[in-house]
Amino acid sequence: MAIELSPQSVDVNPASSFLEVRDLRVHFPTEDGLVKSVDGVSFSLEKGKTLGIVGESGSGKSVTSLSLLGLHKGSRARVSGEVWLDGEELVGMTEAQMRALRGQKVSMIFQDPLSALHPFFTVGSQIAEAYRVHHKASKKEAHERAVEMLKRVGIPQPERRAKDYPHQFSGGMRQRAMIAMSLVCDPELLIADEPTTALDVTVQAQILDLIRDLQEEFGSAVIIITHDLGVVAEISDDILVMYGGRRIEYGSVHDVLKAPEHPYTWGLLQSMPHLGGDVSQRLNPIPGSPPSLINLPSGCAFNPRCAFKDQVADGRCLSERPELLPVLDSDKHIAACHLTGDAKAEIRSASARGTK
Amino acid sequence: MTRYLIRRLLSAFTVIAVVSLVTFLIFFALPSDPAVLACGKACTPDRIAAIHHSLGLDKNIFVQYADYVTGFFAGRTIGDGANAIHCAAPCLGISFHDDSNVWDTIWGRFPADLSLALGAAVVFMVVGVALGLAAAVRKGKLVDKFAVGLALFGISTPIYFSALVLQFFFVDKWQWLPAPNYTPITQDPAGWFQGLILPWAALVLGSMAYYTRLTRSTALDVMGEDYVRTARAKGLSRGKVILKHTLRSAITPIVTIFGMDFGALIGGSAIITETAFGIPGIGQLAVQSVLNVDLPVIMATSLFAATAVVLANVLVDVVYGIIDPRVRYA
Ligand SMILES: Nc1ncnc2c1ncn2[C@@H]1O[C@H](COP(=O)(O)OP(=O)(O)O)[C@@H](O)[C@H]1O
Ligand SMILES: [Mg+2]
Repeated sequence: MAIELSPQSVDVNPASSFLEVRDLRVHFPTEDGLVKSVDGVSFSLEKGKTLGIVGESGSGKSVTSLSLLGLHKGSRARVSGEVWLDGEELVGMTEAQMRALRGQKVSMIFQDPLSALHPFFTVGSQIAEAYRVHHKASKKEAHERAVEMLKRVGIPQPERRAKDYPHQFSGGMRQRAMIAMSLVCDPELLIADEPTTALDVTVQAQILDLIRDLQEEFGSAVIIITHDLGVVAEISDDILVMYGGRRIEYGSVHDVLKAPEHPYTWGLLQSMPHLGGDVSQRLNPIPGSPPSLINLPSGCAFNPRCAFKDQVADGRCLSERPELLPVLDSDKHIAACHLTGDAKAEIRSASARGTK
Repeated sequence: MTRYLIRRLLSAFTVIAVVSLVTFLIFFALPSDPAVLACGKACTPDRIAAIHHSLGLDKNIFVQYADYVTGFFAGRTIGDGANAIHCAAPCLGISFHDDSNVWDTIWGRFPADLSLALGAAVVFMVVGVALGLAAAVRKGKLVDKFAVGLALFGISTPIYFSALVLQFFFVDKWQWLPAPNYTPITQDPAGWFQGLILPWAALVLGSMAYYTRLTRSTALDVMGEDYVRTARAKGLSRGKVILKHTLRSAITPIVTIFGMDFGALIGGSAIITETAFGIPGIGQLAVQSVLNVDLPVIMATSLFAATAVVLANVLVDVVYGIIDPRVRYA
């Protein structure tokens, strides 16, 4: 009934996927102008599957994920679009309705666990608290559950470490504690926002393994946010590439990494260190810097940094915003670039020859 | 923790010792002479010298200071011959002005002093913080505007003025309260309370504003912290997020300010309120002692104030250690 009353839901069309995000927009009015942090993002995800969202910092990844928890409610953010999670629409929900889902149905591993954990409460009590929000459990039961979770994420001497404060944990341990906290209520959708960025490579691999194992165990849907395509290649089924708050390429990891369609995706791939690759090989960071989200460049938002814009006739990259179009021979691979398929194939093979 | 506390207490002791020496030296640098005051109009140099001798002021300054310190720890006899008075340890001397034992005078005034300070401090801390928190939560709304307005009013109204206004309305005009005075709580709890309502109110009006403003701004900062977002992401209720996760961090700077304020209040900084309402506290005693050029009382009130401030700060550190686990083991 409530849904029928809400004005946006004239043609409500509940999603068939477990998670379906449609035309999500999150805009922040600021003194400098309207910051369009997320501007028309759509994607879907099934249970048991993993979506990787990639993009440089400032491309709107965190803001997107916060809207899946309804954490923009009560702030100045203007959110529109639809987020369907297991048949329920989240954007139109009230704070109280959303609260019942947070931590329970959807939970999040935040970027930077040192600042995301409360410095004044013990790790164990913070995990126990997350459990008690959604379960009728005594303090003691919740504490036992917290210790069990710490053990599960591989923290040695969990009984003792539960009584420690976040600052007494190492970076990797804190991230594990954060994961333990986000999994304590067996969420069906888990969002991991750059879970490995601050960690060294071995710990990074352990954390990714852990997320993968837990996903297998619980069958949850996982969104992993990162600016490291290597992480995505390793763990995801689908990949969404964001630039300036918009999608520029989206598809299965297999398709996108085999034949990336967008020059920005190429750039991300080239700026990524190859594990086991030639150490002397130079990394090529993408020249220039991410665009202002208040005034995106006209045409293709990536055009000021794109090396191939001259290969498109009539300066269309500067004047006309490319649509997200399906890539031939692929069921859901889409990309927004004016280059022709032939031109892209040519550039790809040239670059493959170059690196050999 | 214990070692830390011992270190803090030792440094507190050093501060108090330095304050005592400096006060002593300043007194002797002052142009006024207690003997001249005591001697009256028909004064001769002989008589002044005799008074100096009887007060011990004819001795070397450092000998006098040494006597003072020894007296504090071991007691001493002041004056000689028939005028000799014994002052038991801890001896803060005998008033030049009325020969009373200064230690007894200080402790006699302590209950009034503590009543005034404690009552006011609890109220301005609790109400100030609550108002500041409410303002932060409802930023830009009516509660916020009211709290900020009240804060501005409180800060810009001098205590001697608000004391007069309060007294005029509540006592003289509406006669809701008896004239403010101090009755020991042991004698008459209700009278103690009624007599202190207006002095407390005057102090609260003057100080609460700082707590409101400080709480509002720190709470707003803390609400922007990642860990508060985490608390929301767990599905915690708004009340839990604010009263548990936000307040716990926002209270830290407030504890510091509160420690200093409370120490100063006990130490006699409520002097205007004491005077306006005739509460026999330490502040009044301190002012009187300066007017009387009464060295032992000046020394005692300064030391008392220094001790109160320093101890309040040690206490703040202890509370800090309880609030913030990151300083606990430092
Ligand atoms: N509350 C906010 N108010 C204004 N701008 C914001 C707010 N939150 C995020 N932004 C802006 O949105 C953009 C995208 O941020 P974010 O999603 O954190 O990027 P990412 O996670 O991809 O690095 C950034 O430019 C950031 O400044
Ligand atoms: Mg981010």
